[in-house]
Amino acid sequence: MNIEQLTVRFGRFTAVDHVTLAVPDGTALGLVGESGSGKSTLARAVAGLLPHRGSVTGVTPGRIQMVFQDPYSSLDPRMTIGEAVLEGARTSRHQRAAQITRLLDLVSLPTSCAAKYPRELSGGQRQRVAIARALAARPEVLIADEITSALDVSVQGAVLNLIRELRAELGLTMLFISHNLAVVRYVCDTVAVMRGGRLVENGPVDEVVNTPTDPYTRALLDAVPRLAPA
Amino acid sequence: MRRLLRTPAGLVGTTLVAALLVLAVVAPWIWGSDATRINPAQIGQGSSAAHLLGTDALGRDLLARTLVATRLTLGLAALATGIGTAAGIVLGALPSLLPRGWGRCVVAAVDILVAFPALLLAMFTAVVTGLGGRGAVLGIGVALAPTFARLTHTLTASVAGSDYIAAARMLRVPRHRVLTRHVLPNIAEPLILNLAQSMGAALLGLSAMSFLGMGVQAPSYDWGRLLNDAFGHVYVTPSVVVAPAVAVTLAGLGFMLLGDAFAAAAARTIDPVGDAVLPDLPKAAAPADPDAVLEIRDLTVAFPGGVTPVRQVSLTVRPGEIVGVVGESGSGKSMTAAAIGDIVPHPGLVGSSRSRLCGVDLDTLTPAARRKLLGSCLAMVFQDPTSSLNPALRVGGQLAEVATLHAGATRAQARARAVERLDRVHIKHPEHVIRQYPHELSGGMRQRAVIAMGLMGTPRLIIADEPTTALDVTVQREVLRVLREVVDESAAGALFISHDIAVVGELCDRVAVMYAGRVVEELPAADLAADARHPYTRALIGSLPDMATDRSAPLTTIPGRQPAPGDVPTGCAFADRCALTTARCATRPRLVRDGQHAVACWEVS
Amino acid sequence: MTAHASPPAHASPPAPDRRGRRPGAGFLARHLLRLLLSLTVLVVASFAMIHLIPGDPLRQMLGPSAPKALVDQRRAQLGLDQPLVVQFAHYVRHLCTGDLGTSFFSSEPVSEIIRQGLPNTLALALLATLVALAVAIPLGMWSAVRAHHGRGRRTDTVFATLTGAAVAVPEYLYGLALLLVLALGAHLLPPAGLTGPSSYVLPVLSLAIAPAAMIARLARVETLRELDTDYMRLARAKRLPPWRTYAVHLLPNTLTATLTMGGLLLSGLVTGSVLVENVFAWPGLGLRTVESITQKDYPVAQAMILVYGALVLVINFLVDVALGVLDPTSTLSAGPKEA
Repeated sequence: MNIEQLTVRFGRFTAVDHVTLAVPDGTALGLVGESGSGKSTLARAVAGLLPHRGSVTGVTPGRIQMVFQDPYSSLDPRMTIGEAVLEGARTSRHQRAAQITRLLDLVSLPTSCAAKYPRELSGGQRQRVAIARALAARPEVLIADEITSALDVSVQGAVLNLIRELRAELGLTMLFISHNLAVVRYVCDTVAVMRGGRLVENGPVDEVVNTPTDPYTRALLDAVPRLAPA
Repeated sequence: MRRLLRTPAGLVGTTLVAALLVLAVVAPWIWGSDATRINPAQIGQGSSAAHLLGTDALGRDLLARTLVATRLTLGLAALATGIGTAAGIVLGALPSLLPRGWGRCVVAAVDILVAFPALLLAMFTAVVTGLGGRGAVLGIGVALAPTFARLTHTLTASVAGSDYIAAARMLRVPRHRVLTRHVLPNIAEPLILNLAQSMGAALLGLSAMSFLGMGVQAPSYDWGRLLNDAFGHVYVTPSVVVAPAVAVTLAGLGFMLLGDAFAAAAARTIDPVGDAVLPDLPKAAAPADPDAVLEIRDLTVAFPGGVTPVRQVSLTVRPGEIVGVVGESGSGKSMTAAAIGDIVPHPGLVGSSRSRLCGVDLDTLTPAARRKLLGSCLAMVFQDPTSSLNPALRVGGQLAEVATLHAGATRAQARARAVERLDRVHIKHPEHVIRQYPHELSGGMRQRAVIAMGLMGTPRLIIADEPTTALDVTVQREVLRVLREVVDESAAGALFISHDIAVVGELCDRVAVMYAGRVVEELPAADLAADARHPYTRALIGSLPDMATDRSAPLTTIPGRQPAPGDVPTGCAFADRCALTTARCATRPRLVRDGQHAVACWEVS
Repeated sequence: MTAHASPPAHASPPAPDRRGRRPGAGFLARHLLRLLLSLTVLVVASFAMIHLIPGDPLRQMLGPSAPKALVDQRRAQLGLDQPLVVQFAHYVRHLCTGDLGTSFFSSEPVSEIIRQGLPNTLALALLATLVALAVAIPLGMWSAVRAHHGRGRRTDTVFATLTGAAVAVPEYLYGLALLLVLALGAHLLPPAGLTGPSSYVLPVLSLAIAPAAMIARLARVETLRELDTDYMRLARAKRLPPWRTYAVHLLPNTLTATLTMGGLLLSGLVTGSVLVENVFAWPGLGLRTVESITQKDYPVAQAMILVYGALVLVINFLVDVALGVLDPTSTLSAGPKEA
């Protein structure tokens, strides 16, 4: 997937300013920045949810899927998990049950979840459902927008593990958005740093983390809290 | 339905409306002839045995006429509600169906119409359509439509803006299916709930129109028309207005109570029953720590229904020390902070076997002395910097009031101190900032201003409850630095509450890890990385990647969920999720201290 | 995928520039523009009113038995025989000079009717609003503070039941009840007309009760919400004396919503007074309005609807502007938003 000169404006305010990025097939690009940096706006524009200038090429239209930050508003409260998961999948009637089992299994949820409503699930489980729903449409690119930041600490690790497993299993191409550099470092191959709607640094994860060239990237890296080594 | 009848208001409302509906059906059959029987001998009489509520200008029984009029009144109200609802839903749904420009026009038109009182719209319509029942029904319908349109539009917009609609659009779900599967089901309930209230409004509006002579015309009669007729005789026989007036009042009340009950039933709020019960907490026998700024033993917070978010927590904070309390949501860490600050919300109860602040036993103080001590000794900082400062007051005033009220400073002194304290937390141009309102400050500045506010007195203890959670990492760094500086310079102690074990490890001197209301491990922050012993602490550290995490290995995960505060097992609360669980874990392990380190686990201590 | 992925109309993104404070001049201009637009719509609607009446409005006014010559003569007199555009131009030109036409039956100039009635109507609505606000805000706050401390669960139920019931009863029924009990029953107060200060009591009371109950409920909800904010928790943690906590920290934050509601109710009261004026034979606009509509005196009805509509719009405008000036987060004062 190639993003070229992508710009998003709200009135006079420019939220994303001529961003050009490449995400080779099968890799994961981490998008890092603080609140107001335009990273989520960029994601929504790439997903086709916002009007924008510039182009996104290398993906079949409709084969981009997205998982959102808030697992409490990303599932329709009046739809069962099974209905939600199959919403975008073109499945014949007699294959539905098998398909639901396969998708829920993919995100390590028991099949018994299919008949439940979102309110009966925990935040982490809902986020798994949202991932399963996105995978059902066989996406070429999966966008994950701060998918762990609304979750409790002990659940975050499990969701990150799941993302890594799915990448290895399905060869997913991913745009992974987070304010947490450590999380991005763990999940992604390359990383792009945004500030004020612009791209300030972009490169392989190890390179950016170990030898940052932009002063802002350095400030971000310095600010990551870490446990003192023994 | 059962939920509807549970409250007295719901019961009364349902009964009234049901009675009206029954009357509307049966009254004309039973009292129809009484209501139309003209009796020239008994014209315009007051209450009597034959005519309980008097007679009208033609000698007809008013009670009978009022009962019979129920049918027409309710029928017209239902008709008007139907017209208003249908028109309103169409108008409200149009903006999301039409092209953007046209949609905006509809929204603007509805906005203008909503501003006009219903009676005005109804009178306008009545002039155009002519006097009579038809005109009034149309008029009230037209008057109801804008409110319904606004409601429909707001509901549709909020559903349309939700993430699940965005997901559906990305899944290429066709537009009509989005409307039928997602939008309609989610807006239907509130719209239906609103019907009872609209019906009441329509009934009152129609009665008003008829009362003014602009609605139903003789020989037809609804309650408003009866009132209009009776009002002509009110100075002679005042009691003639009673029957229709009471009818309108009861109907208005019935529909309104029913509407309220619908809304309450939909909100599904369950009030806790009973009172909070605290366990028996005997006074601590061990000698008190003379140096500590805070020493609490067996702190417990209880809510009704057996909900105990904090269970026998013991903490000690010494001068110049930052003690971190870390845990997930629901672990009781914030409630611990609230209990120490004495701001646990009603109906929670707080108890302890010892609570000493600045060397004073709080339990021995009178309420006034306790207030004074807490006011001068304690500073608090909360999570959300946007809501920690009062939006209606200038920053300077909010800082200065602490000094003028507790330290007896003059306004000028308090102001000078405010400037100095803001400067101390590295806010640039403090003289300018004190004249600003909170919304003019950035999040990091606000949080530092809250810290400065705490420093207006001479606090011995600072309680910071997730003070950096809402901030960006670079801003978080500044706020943490300010907090450390303040503690180092003033030799106050601090209690730092956070869900982020890395932040706690970096900032604090000692760390207490909480799980399900209890401290499960307490250790020097420097030991977190290498010497954490409790399986929960170790899992917390292992489940979050940091800049040194091995990228080829999966992260540690903790299966299951933390038990809810009302649902904590008697044994080890972590046993269900723990890999080390044995039979011993059915009994709760005590916190066993080994020098600086204390752990509550059978398997590792 | 290309650049022109067109989003549907409802996909309004969170636009940061719309969320921010707007400059004072823009705020005023926006509200003025809105007022002018609404007034224009109102003028057109009131003009169109007569033309929307199905059939011949002159026939409606004069009745089926009137001779055709008379109908035509009156039509010419009112200018209704001219082309619509010309009529509208006349209508607007007359409005601008304060000429609102003449009554069809009494030949009284409408402007004279308004000059006599408007002050009485406004006095009634304003007094009722003030009474409602003065009683309701302290009552609602008091009830909320008590509920928040968990005291007086019984007073809470009584408060909820009474205010709930009070909202459901329309103003003219209060008028009737007060008339029956205090004027016709106890002879304490005058039953009708405007003969002195005591004449104000019953109409003002009947107008004020329902809005007062509504405002008290709102003030209670707002206060409860504010009591749960961090800054109120901080104010309590600062151990401020209760009067300071409530009067300085709480009151200003509950006022915005409460006064917005008060403003809305005031415009509602202006029309609610129509009913109360009819109960108490109050010499205001309401009495004449109802009379003109039931008698089909279209020129007067047209002018009255216009006047009431304009009153409502102007009141709403003034309330919006006043609140904008009072609320620090919406004023002109510029400053660094994000450092």
